[in-house]
Amino acid sequence: MREIQAQQITDVVEKLCIEANQYLPEDIQGAIRRCRACEDWEIAQGVLDKIITNFEIAKEESVPICQDTGMACVFLEIGQDVHIAGGDLREAVDEGVRRGYDKGYLRKSVVKDPVRRGNTGDNTPAMLYTEIVPGEKIKVTVGPKGFGSENMSAIRMFKPSAGIEGIKDFILEVVETAGPNPCPPMVVGVGIGGTFDKCALLAKKALMRSTDERNPDPFYADLETEMLEKINKLGIGPQGFGGKTTALALNIETLPTHIAGMPCAVNINCHVTRHKTEVI
Amino acid sequence: MEKHISLPLTEEVAKTLHAGDSVYLTGTIYTSRDAGHKRMCEALAKGEKLPFDPTDATIYYVGPTPAKPGQVIGSAGPTTSGRMDAYAPTMMSVGARGMIGKGARLPEVVEAMKKYHGVYFGAIGGAGALLAKCIKKCELIAYEDLGAEALRKLYVEDMPLVVIIDSEGKNLYDEGKAAYLASQK
Repeated sequence: MREIQAQQITDVVEKLCIEANQYLPEDIQGAIRRCRACEDWEIAQGVLDKIITNFEIAKEESVPICQDTGMACVFLEIGQDVHIAGGDLREAVDEGVRRGYDKGYLRKSVVKDPVRRGNTGDNTPAMLYTEIVPGEKIKVTVGPKGFGSENMSAIRMFKPSAGIEGIKDFILEVVETAGPNPCPPMVVGVGIGGTFDKCALLAKKALMRSTDERNPDPFYADLETEMLEKINKLGIGPQGFGGKTTALALNIETLPTHIAGMPCAVNINCHVTRHKTEVI
Repeated sequence: MEKHISLPLTEEVAKTLHAGDSVYLTGTIYTSRDAGHKRMCEALAKGEKLPFDPTDATIYYVGPTPAKPGQVIGSAGPTTSGRMDAYAPTMMSVGARGMIGKGARLPEVVEAMKKYHGVYFGAIGGAGALLAKCIKKCELIAYEDLGAEALRKLYVEDMPLVVIIDSEGKNLYDEGKAAYLASQK
């Protein structure tokens, strides 16, 4: 049994909140640059150039890439041989978010009640996801999630008879409906299978995966490639001004599901798809 | 077409702008998003005055990050404009003309733009660090309790924008996509 102090988790969450908001992951930077090289529509080229300049400024000056520094989605993979000592885990994570959003000059974008509103003032609570895994480490991932794109996401409970074609049509429908709203070029996270709630979580997890990695199952790897190509023929383009680059990547995650169902969730993210991981 | 425009945005200037134009805006603009618009429209309904003179004014839909020491403003890119659709016609009816944001607008907003000669500009969503560079002054003028959503008066220099919907109702989101798709045939 390894003991990890709650304070250590707070410190890591604080650091990751700041870094994730200032430094765009290498895979997303690479995808934007590759799309710029392939883009032949003039207005789209101009937009992509400004997007590249923007993340370069953010990195050089240590400022947020985007003003929507998001809800702090915090994923903890906790080794089953870890004992967390010296405090409450939920409070340790929220304290990390509180400090990170204060010290990093990040925007506080969380309201305390979905209907009655009222800003919490410190961007807490974190959206906390915990998973117990083998080992004696804790893997911490912070993925700040903006809501311009979150609002364009959708889930549908398909009948199994809808098949793969139903899923393909649904993905295209969600992207087309989103149009210019989620700050394209987007990153598309797709979850297929599980239950209603697990399916949505799969879509979110798909956005945390490097866009340079394909699904290990060749069937879904091919589907990722096919759907990205189809999305980039819709013509929406960067910012919706027209062009080839509508999406930078599409990641699919799956789970087994019930004999009666085929859930599919599409979680849309913008070109500022942020996540940063550290292992304690 | 690339155009340099000085504010305020008069009806005369608005009529010279067309969907797809690349525009560099210089002058005073005001920031407001969901909660600020709700309060302004409630104030108007009660017959009260707005915290600023709306005549020919341009409103930027933005909730910036807090400024670091030495900065005028934090990162300041546009938010999704559609959430202000419920309020935009009312704002135009009292004289506001320019809107800066990103994303689609409802037909009733476009109708109000045609009626009042409004212009909807797009700033690059997600380019908050870049857009902050053209904001030279920032002053909080009302609704301080709303934090990032408070009303601010900004002075911008050569703010890079694109006309998305012009005062005749022409829309770059429709025309840009259609032109690109036609070019691929």
